[in-house]
Amino acid sequence: MAERRTRSRIKPRWTPYFFIAPFFLLFGVFFGLPTLRSLQMSFTTERGVDTSATFAGLDNYRTLISDPNFYTGLFNTTYYALGSILLIVPLALSLALLLRTRGLLLREFFRLSFFLPNAISGIVVAIVFRLVFDQEYGLLNNWLLAPLGLPKLAWLSDPHLIMPSIIILGIWQYTGLNALYFMVGLQNRDPGLHEAATVDGANAWQRFRYITLPLLRPTMVFVITFAIIGSYQLFAQPVALVGDNGGPGRAGYTLTMFLYQTAFTNLDLGYGAAIGYAITLIIIALSVLQMWAQGFFRKEAS
Amino acid sequence: MSTSVKDPARASSGVPPAPHGEPAAGRRWTLARIAAHLTLLAAVAVTALPYVYLATGSLKKPGEIFELPLRLLPRVPTWEHFTRLFSDELIPFGRQVGNSFVISFLTTLLVVAVSASVGWGFAKYEFPLRNVLFIVLLTTLTLPVQVALVPLFTMMVSLQWLDTFQGVILPSGASAFGAFFIRQAMLAVPDEMVQAARIDGASEFRIFLTMGVPLARGALSVLAVLTFLGSWNDFLWPSIVLRSPERQTYPVGLANLVGFYATEYGMILAGSFLVTVPIIILFIAGRKHILDNLTMGSVKG
Repeated sequence: MAERRTRSRIKPRWTPYFFIAPFFLLFGVFFGLPTLRSLQMSFTTERGVDTSATFAGLDNYRTLISDPNFYTGLFNTTYYALGSILLIVPLALSLALLLRTRGLLLREFFRLSFFLPNAISGIVVAIVFRLVFDQEYGLLNNWLLAPLGLPKLAWLSDPHLIMPSIIILGIWQYTGLNALYFMVGLQNRDPGLHEAATVDGANAWQRFRYITLPLLRPTMVFVITFAIIGSYQLFAQPVALVGDNGGPGRAGYTLTMFLYQTAFTNLDLGYGAAIGYAITLIIIALSVLQMWAQGFFRKEAS
Repeated sequence: MSTSVKDPARASSGVPPAPHGEPAAGRRWTLARIAAHLTLLAAVAVTALPYVYLATGSLKKPGEIFELPLRLLPRVPTWEHFTRLFSDELIPFGRQVGNSFVISFLTTLLVVAVSASVGWGFAKYEFPLRNVLFIVLLTTLTLPVQVALVPLFTMMVSLQWLDTFQGVILPSGASAFGAFFIRQAMLAVPDEMVQAARIDGASEFRIFLTMGVPLARGALSVLAVLTFLGSWNDFLWPSIVLRSPERQTYPVGLANLVGFYATEYGMILAGSFLVTVPIIILFIAGRKHILDNLTMGSVKG
């Protein structure tokens, strides 16, 4: 939409600032300033509230890169991010393609049903999934594995199964939402192009691979970026599922648990600020990396 | 998001409305179509089962949840978990749901008012640094709350806002998503109309109220629902700010129940079920509106 710039004699000079002021006031006080203050704090040692901070240079960051807690959190969180994204994206895309079936009945009902899980509190979802994963009385072992003649697995007490459990929970909670995003991306599909390709002898896979997927690239960048941002903030679900220390073998210990314990349990504030920055840098680096990998920055040859 | 469109003829200036059942008149029930319906129904069943199990579990007698073979339905439904939950035996649950409601409601009012105002400012005025400010805003969309968490906490300590509702509400008042979303909606107000109103002597604030707000009504109600949901389900920040059980929100209360009284699973299920009812009602009430607007402007082909 080309914006008509109407140059007029009546140009309010200071009005716009009146409109944007409330937002920027709140934004500055509760996000902008704390973000800068956090950077400054991360170069100090400050233990306990209302204590004096002493300048510590890069000490916190040095401690961080040799802290086993950091690596436990980083490993688990990355495991979750990779596992959930690699499974959710193809599942959500398949669901979206199914939801776009011509002449589909109950389309509204399906969309609503698939959206709802992500509108439920992570704590509540984890409470429900404790019943799904329970070794003795869980739905998964009793209603899926046992009928298949498989042994009952200790989903929430075997360190090797804790992260897969959290990934399954993530799939249940977020596949539907991402399917709706893909549905929007698929709306720009040109049926004519598909027909032409069919006439030219392209099979269903080729049509998907060379027509649908390239069209979905912006959606894919959007979905994966927000999946990375969300994954690296993982906190509520594992807390309620396996406890705030990550459960047996600390296999569910995430980076935000590490931050929470450091800053709000041990009141090691300078170090906590450094962890907050580490999480942020990881998110930014990975987001930019995947955008680059998907050719998001490449100039389109006209 | 600037994106490339391979076929300029298909370049859309916005997101077209979702197709509601393309002409299906006289469609044959092909194998593919039957398979699609069956697969989707199976997916809905898998999605709904844990939730149904939560609802029925909250009505089972204590001990019946942990008994083999598993049954979906309670033998004899009982309300005892609900009555015990509201007798405040373990946590003041009724009060915590009330706290959640007050906090979510006030957060929603604040975010909607602030977003409408800033959206109008960015959509309809030119001022120095406008684009710079807007880009700054958009980049913050990708920053996690963790980046500011520790200083926010020390700020709450020095303001003596720990254990207060404003300590939860005010930090969520400026929503970058809200600002962006409402600006997109308000761009549709024609400049000529705004100018005409100015010549007629209407005040700037009046123009905002009579043209901007009505036109963005749909987007504002979607933002309201999404903000309410986000606030209703929020856990990390409220668990840091709210210290006493009487001031806590329900997710913090439920997490404490799971942490300390995991044996009382019936009560935990009863509470979990109750707090999802408003979400479902909210959704069924505004479903069409929300689902169609939800992804608007975020993903453009």
